Amino acid sequence: MRTISCEEITAAVKEMCYEACHYLTPDMKEALVKARETEESPVGKQILSQLEENLEIAGADQIPICQDTGMAVLFVKIGQDVHIEGGLLEDAINKGVSLGYTDGYLRKSVVKCPIDRVNTKDNTPAVIHYQVVAGDKLHLTLAPKGFGSENMSRVFMLKPADGVEGIKNAILTAVKDAGPNACPPMVVGVGVGGTFEKCAIMAKEALTRPVNQHSDIPYIKDMEIELLEKINASGIGPGGLGGTTTAFAVNINTYPTHIAGLPVAVNICCHVNRHSVREL
Amino acid sequence: MDKYINAPLSKEDAAGLRAGDYVYINGTIYTARDAAHKRMYEALERGEKLPMDMESNIIYYMGPSPAREGRPIGSAGPTTASRMDKYAPSLLDLGLRGMIGKGKRSQAVIDGITRNGAVYFAAVGGAGAILSKAIKSSEVIAYDDLGTEAIRKLEVENFPVVVVIDSLGNNLYETAVEQYRK
Repeated sequence: MRTISCEEITAAVKEMCYEACHYLTPDMKEALVKARETEESPVGKQILSQLEENLEIAGADQIPICQDTGMAVLFVKIGQDVHIEGGLLEDAINKGVSLGYTDGYLRKSVVKCPIDRVNTKDNTPAVIHYQVVAGDKLHLTLAPKGFGSENMSRVFMLKPADGVEGIKNAILTAVKDAGPNACPPMVVGVGVGGTFEKCAIMAKEALTRPVNQHSDIPYIKDMEIELLEKINASGIGPGGLGGTTTAFAVNINTYPTHIAGLPVAVNICCHVNRHSVREL
Repeated sequence: MDKYINAPLSKEDAAGLRAGDYVYINGTIYTARDAAHKRMYEALERGEKLPMDMESNIIYYMGPSPAREGRPIGSAGPTTASRMDKYAPSLLDLGLRGMIGKGKRSQAVIDGITRNGAVYFAAVGGAGAILSKAIKSSEVIAYDDLGTEAIRKLEVENFPVVVVIDSLGNNLYETAVEQYRK
């Protein structure tokens, strides 16, 4: 049994909020540079250069990369030999989000009730997905999610008879409908299988996989490559203003499902695909 | 083609802009997004005056992140314009000359644009840090309680946008995408 204090968790989450909103992971930066080199549209190239410059300014002047600093989504993997001390894990995480967004000059975009829509003023609560795993570590992945792209995400409850073609069509339909609204170049997170909610959570988690890393399953990897090519041939381009870079990656996660079903969730993220990871 | 325009935007200047033009805006523009539009719309329904005159003005669909000390504004990129589609035609009919956002517009908005000789511009989504550099001052003029969604008056210098829908109804999102579809 290992003990981790709530203070330690709060401090880590606070830092992660700030870090994720000001710096992208190296794989995202590399993808942007590569896209600028290969983009065929002059306007598209200009936009990609602006995005590169935007990242530099964000880091150098401490201005969030995007004003929509998102709703904080966390994937928490808690080792079953961990004991949390000094309060509730959920409260510790939300305190970290509150401090990160308030002290870090990040935008507070969360409303307490979706009906009356009054802002909570500290960007809490976070959306937290827990998983109990082996070991005595606490693994935190924080992904602040902007809603321009979140609003363009979809769940398709396909039939088994729809097969692989059905999955591909669902993904391409979601991307095409998203178009300029989702701030392309996008990252496309996909969950296939499980249940209605499981595929959506998988799609979200797929967005946290580096954009230069494919699925371990060979035929899923092939599908990721094929779909990325098709998406980049759609013409949507950077900012939706035409071009050959519409997405940086298609990341597909899968899970066993029911004999009667083929759920497919497509969670679209903009080019500001933010995440920060800590292991305590 | 690169062009420089002043805001407020005259009808003549708006008529000279074409879909695909790269435009730098200088002058005064206003921010409003979902909640502010809803309030303005409800004010109009009640027959009340709006907090700002629409005539010849440009609205930027944007809710900034908080400004650090000594800076006019925080990160300040565009939000998705289609969420304002319900409200935009009424504002266009009151003389609103330009809208800055990102993403597609409804046919009703496109009709409002052509009917009134207005323009829809896109700023680069997700480029809030670089765009904030073109904003020289920011002042909340209405709906302060809405926080980031309050209406702000901004002074901008060479604020970079692209004309997506011009006063004739030409739509860059359709034509440019067609050009690169394989």
